Amino acid sequence: MRTSRVGRGLLWALCALIGCWLVVPVLVVIPLSFTGKPSLKFPPDSWSTQWYANFFGDSAWTSAFWTSVQVALLVTVVATTLGTAAAIGLTRARVRWLGAAQGAMLAPMIVPGVVLAIGTYSVFLKLQLVGTLAGFVMAHTVLALPFVMIPVTASLRGFDRRLENAAASLGAGAWTTFRSVTLPLVAPGVASGALFAFVTSFDEVVVSLFIQSPYLQTLPVKMYASVTRETDPTIAAAATMIIVLTTTLVFAATFFVARRTRAK
Amino acid sequence: MPSNTVQAPVPGAASGHNDLAGRGARIELTDLSKRYGDFAAVDDISLVIEPGEFMTFLGPSGSGKTTTLNIIAGFVHPTSGTLKVDGAAIEATPAHKRDMGVVFQHYALFPHLTVAENIAYPLKRRGMPKARRAELIRAALDTVHLGDYGHRYPRELSGGQQQRVAVARAIVYSPRVLLMDEPLGALDKKLRDWLQLEIKRIHAELGTTFVYVTHDQEEALVLSDRIAVFNHGRIEQVGPASEMYERPATLFVAKFLGESTVLRGEATREGDGSVVGVCARTLRAAGHIDGPRAAIVVRPERIAVQPRGHQPEPDRNVLPATVTSEIYLGSSRKLELALPDGSTALVRESAGTLSDARPGDEVTLTWRVEDSVLLPDDPEVETVFT
Repeated sequence: MRTSRVGRGLLWALCALIGCWLVVPVLVVIPLSFTGKPSLKFPPDSWSTQWYANFFGDSAWTSAFWTSVQVALLVTVVATTLGTAAAIGLTRARVRWLGAAQGAMLAPMIVPGVVLAIGTYSVFLKLQLVGTLAGFVMAHTVLALPFVMIPVTASLRGFDRRLENAAASLGAGAWTTFRSVTLPLVAPGVASGALFAFVTSFDEVVVSLFIQSPYLQTLPVKMYASVTRETDPTIAAAATMIIVLTTTLVFAATFFVARRTRAK
Repeated sequence: MPSNTVQAPVPGAASGHNDLAGRGARIELTDLSKRYGDFAAVDDISLVIEPGEFMTFLGPSGSGKTTTLNIIAGFVHPTSGTLKVDGAAIEATPAHKRDMGVVFQHYALFPHLTVAENIAYPLKRRGMPKARRAELIRAALDTVHLGDYGHRYPRELSGGQQQRVAVARAIVYSPRVLLMDEPLGALDKKLRDWLQLEIKRIHAELGTTFVYVTHDQEEALVLSDRIAVFNHGRIEQVGPASEMYERPATLFVAKFLGESTVLRGEATREGDGSVVGVCARTLRAAGHIDGPRAAIVVRPERIAVQPRGHQPEPDRNVLPATVTSEIYLGSSRKLELALPDGSTALVRESAGTLSDARPGDEVTLTWRVEDSVLLPDDPEVETVFT
């Protein structure tokens, strides 16, 4: 493991470059949201907080925001429950079509969003789910499921199933064993799955565009509508708040996991 | 309380000075089989384990001993046969309702719970009030000499300590049966020797029926009231350790339990006994076998090494041999000798009665006719052990 100083310096530089490439486009939004003029010109030549005032003053923006929060929280609960159950079932079942079942549940991650959106839209039209809270939750749950299943499956691979035999020998039935042994030990996977589920739903735009109605839209839908119809920097303010919210969530989760790991 | 009681416990007679003492159950396996497709992991086993007995399942890996234990625990469902505990058939009873303690090779302690919480786990499942729980946890920790470790997490303990916690957790609810699956397999030799005595002491204190799985024949000899030797999913022989050692029923048992010299040849009947032709000489042994292919088994401490030309007493078998190597073990020494037909003989001499034989010496081996165990030959056995 002997790396020369120059080699190490080059590696650092390359990593920094890639980091910038990934992060800078996101960060550009933040100064944009404080622009003084009603345009998305970068860099802004005057400053104000009027777009934040605009966001909170306009009920179209705030209701879209609350709809998004509501949908994302419900999706988190539903997708985490279903995804955890599916991961456990699929890692343990010894049946035919196991691979097919797994593939079907992970498909929403691979299938182009717009294909999924058209299918969902035509079914939802028939079932009168377009523009409803239940419709958003169902559609987003399908999308979030793989993001729950992947980390939970990974946690389960590190889980020693003999602990379940031990629990059974000590008098715990299947449900008690799950609640008192399996779940606490795969909790980090479940927690990160829940986080992914929330974020997936919160910033989903393609499917949402199809199943929205003028009376019920999520924040990304409202933002898309805003940027296509007018050049209103309120969208930058909304984007900045989404960045702050998701970053806070991720950092909080990382901190929480790190503390738990250290406690062990 | 004696800390290193090593005398054999009397089955069923639990000494009353431990809070966790209970009565052991009688376990009856009848025509029990477990098949995976064409492969029989357990092949038609019948066995009765008496209340309070220390029964060891001994055998090489894949011999069906662990599968049999898992059937008793309820982790594996038998394909056919019956399993009774105290007369009640329990094949259909799920593992968590069997009220048996299980100790696993890799401890299987819950890593997210402290030692005390681990031990409290089975008591909580039984809805025991908190005050009584605390008493029993204390008693269990005292029994395994880990009184002060209740607040630690399993990862903060050594392997030996973790296994003692696992034992405490498995005995705290006074199960009628304690099943142990190679509990000392992951530990080093010195720790193993000490924990063997601990397990033996705990068995004597509790009076519970112990079923112990191991592939270590020495461990089986130290611990067991009786040993069941497994091979290919079947039980080759069941009996007390001394009987298994002195009177093995099959060549497999003779080779698996302890060291021995195996002399192969053609057997013919002669009166009450048989004579077997080995290395152009005639060896005598008691009893008869079916078929001509015989093996005579002699334990190494039964053979005496004499100078070449020595005239033996009439009740002894005699074979010439050449000493090939010597292993000095302190309290004894082991000699390996080459026989005229190329096979190997083993002799163990206690310190104090050592012969003068050195590697390279031509000697005469003698042993009493009654120490020759006559068995049907089993050509498979050599390939298993070499």
